[in-house]
Amino acid sequence: MLQQVQPKPVTTGPAVEAAKLVKDFGATRAVDGVSLTVPTGTIYGVLGPNGAGKTTLLRMLLGIIEPSLGSRRVLGHERPLDAAQEIGYLPEERGLYPAMHAREAIAFMGALRGLPLREARRRADALLADHGLADWAKKPIRNLSKGMAQTVQLLGTIIHKPRLIVLDEPFSGLDAINQARLEELIRGEARNGATIIFSTHVIAHAERLCERVAIIAKGKVAFDGRVDDARARLRPIVRLRTREADGPWRSVIPADARTEDDHLVFELPTSGPEPLLKALIDGGAGIEALAIERPGLHDAFVAIAGEAAAAAMAEEKLQ
Amino acid sequence: MTKLLRGAFVIGRRDFSATVLSKTFLFFLLGPLFPLLFGAIFGGIGASVANSRERPVVAVVASPADFARLAAARERLTAAVDPDRVVRLARFDAEPDLAAQQKRLLATRDPPVQAVLSNVAGQPQLVGSVRPEGTTAGQLRLILADSAAGREPLPLGVTRTQSSSGSLTRDRAATGQIGQMILFFLTLLLSTMLLSQMVEEKSNKIIEVVAAAVPIESLFVGKLFAMAAASLLGLIVWSAAGAGVIASLKAGGLATLPQPATGWPTFLALTATYFAMNYLLFGAVFLTIGAQASTVREVQTLSMPVTFGQILIFAFAATAVGSPNSGTALAAEAFPLSSPLAMVARAAQQPEILPHLAAIAWQILWIAVILRLGAALFRKTVLKSGPRLKWWRRAAKVVPMRIETRTTTEPLAPGS
Repeated sequence: MLQQVQPKPVTTGPAVEAAKLVKDFGATRAVDGVSLTVPTGTIYGVLGPNGAGKTTLLRMLLGIIEPSLGSRRVLGHERPLDAAQEIGYLPEERGLYPAMHAREAIAFMGALRGLPLREARRRADALLADHGLADWAKKPIRNLSKGMAQTVQLLGTIIHKPRLIVLDEPFSGLDAINQARLEELIRGEARNGATIIFSTHVIAHAERLCERVAIIAKGKVAFDGRVDDARARLRPIVRLRTREADGPWRSVIPADARTEDDHLVFELPTSGPEPLLKALIDGGAGIEALAIERPGLHDAFVAIAGEAAAAAMAEEKLQ
Repeated sequence: MTKLLRGAFVIGRRDFSATVLSKTFLFFLLGPLFPLLFGAIFGGIGASVANSRERPVVAVVASPADFARLAAARERLTAAVDPDRVVRLARFDAEPDLAAQQKRLLATRDPPVQAVLSNVAGQPQLVGSVRPEGTTAGQLRLILADSAAGREPLPLGVTRTQSSSGSLTRDRAATGQIGQMILFFLTLLLSTMLLSQMVEEKSNKIIEVVAAAVPIESLFVGKLFAMAAASLLGLIVWSAAGAGVIASLKAGGLATLPQPATGWPTFLALTATYFAMNYLLFGAVFLTIGAQASTVREVQTLSMPVTFGQILIFAFAATAVGSPNSGTALAAEAFPLSSPLAMVARAAQQPEILPHLAAIAWQILWIAVILRLGAALFRKTVLKSGPRLKWWRRAAKVVPMRIETRTTTEPLAPGS
């Protein structure tokens, strides 16, 4: 009855396109006119605080729920479920049958995506062995640690070698070691040609992994593009420590400069670093330390999504 | 459609294995044995008390003198054979119309009359549900020979009959009623189990993984058919055990039970079909309810009125017993949720097959409609996202300027 999943010709267009997606739940508009494009073969981050509409957006892209308005195209299909055998999905709320063995749980997810059960079991064994969980293959999920269970679910997400992998908050609940493993796994899948979309409210993960990001705030896309482009929206930051507290050099320091740990911190003037350096030397600042830092994604996020959203994300990260 | 069936097969296979291979399934199989065991214990006590009263008798249409000779001969026979195993005799005065009297006596239930013996002084005749070479006829020959007191005994003529038309109608109605009750209780038990499974599925958070991979209808259909298959397995075990019990308790086994109007094979096939229909109809309703609830408490709250509704529907369907062509019976046969139960009663009482084919098609249509509605409701109400906290609470939790500043001088290249 089941057919082996055959590799399909790779579409040349974007992996995912969304146009003016809207989702209303009663009087609440969870997603408000989101348009985005995910190029094939990229690692794409969806950033935003909880409640920003990330999960709803991903669910609409996957066809789990239908948009109130707008359209989407996933791997060339207007109905995402038509491409279900080429998609892997790890939901934010992880779920496995507690009594099921790890191997069977992975194979079950493969079978759901069209793999014959025998092949799914073979792949499950291989994946478990590759991830150091071979000894746990025939143990019920309830006996696994949280990290192991999460790994099992992730392996179930990629068992059918999907072309598009969608991960909703994949790092939440993982310790630092497992987070690093997951990052490596994501990079590995990307190297193998998969397109990866993951949502997160931890900007560091997106910064390390993503080529492109969408910043979502209050159901809207505040930015959709390359990470470098997001950073490029901000001027580089100068961190300066001087021997002299005052003098003629102070005239080149912008009025909105702030002090952090004995350093003056301010945006690099548009004239560039050389005139600044010359003015500091000529003005007798007595430079002890000077660093010109490229803004991070977090700074870009703050600027793009607004400080309130960033504060909310920082708080969620602490929780 | 292929996707739906493929998804349903994967889900059904998992559910079936999870159910049948669990230790609790053994208890599920043993479940009906407990009431049977209690029934056997208490029934055994009651049976020994009621044994002499309820054991079938042979009605003897004879004068008191003739009957006294027969009774004395019977008494002598009990000296050699266990009295409980010797045929019991009851005397009746002769009536002008012997045939009518025989028919009336055979329909008598108190005491139940197995056969009527007449013309004991001349050419004895035995009429009833007895075999010419059977134990009853054999014992009567001995008794007649003994009572002949030296005379050459005349041969006993035996005419084998079916039950009377009156008792047959009653028996068939009883068969229909028993069929209805078995279907009702089984469905009640199974649909409640299905409901619990749905809640478990939701609490395990599997549903989103499934909904992203296959049409949501697959989940419903897969679960329904997995439980149907598991219950079918149970039914086979229970039926085999039940047939064994009947065979061990009653000589002749199942063949001695009153024959339904459609005949045993057709009746059993129809009962199995209507069990499946009834289960699928109520299962679809219960799945829909389970999909709306997120906690066991919510399920209990929601399922209570539905269970009462189920009981009302059972009562409605019960009107078809005894009068399968009445207005209420026809209404019960047409109403989708009571249709399978009412049609079981019809199968026991009426021989026509065509109405059953129409009813099964009608029920299948309604199963599809309920499943469709349930899936739509499920998708609409369950898989909606949003903040875990209500938005106004979340807004209140935002701390305006607590920003963790992260900068990096050499960000890692993407994909490195």
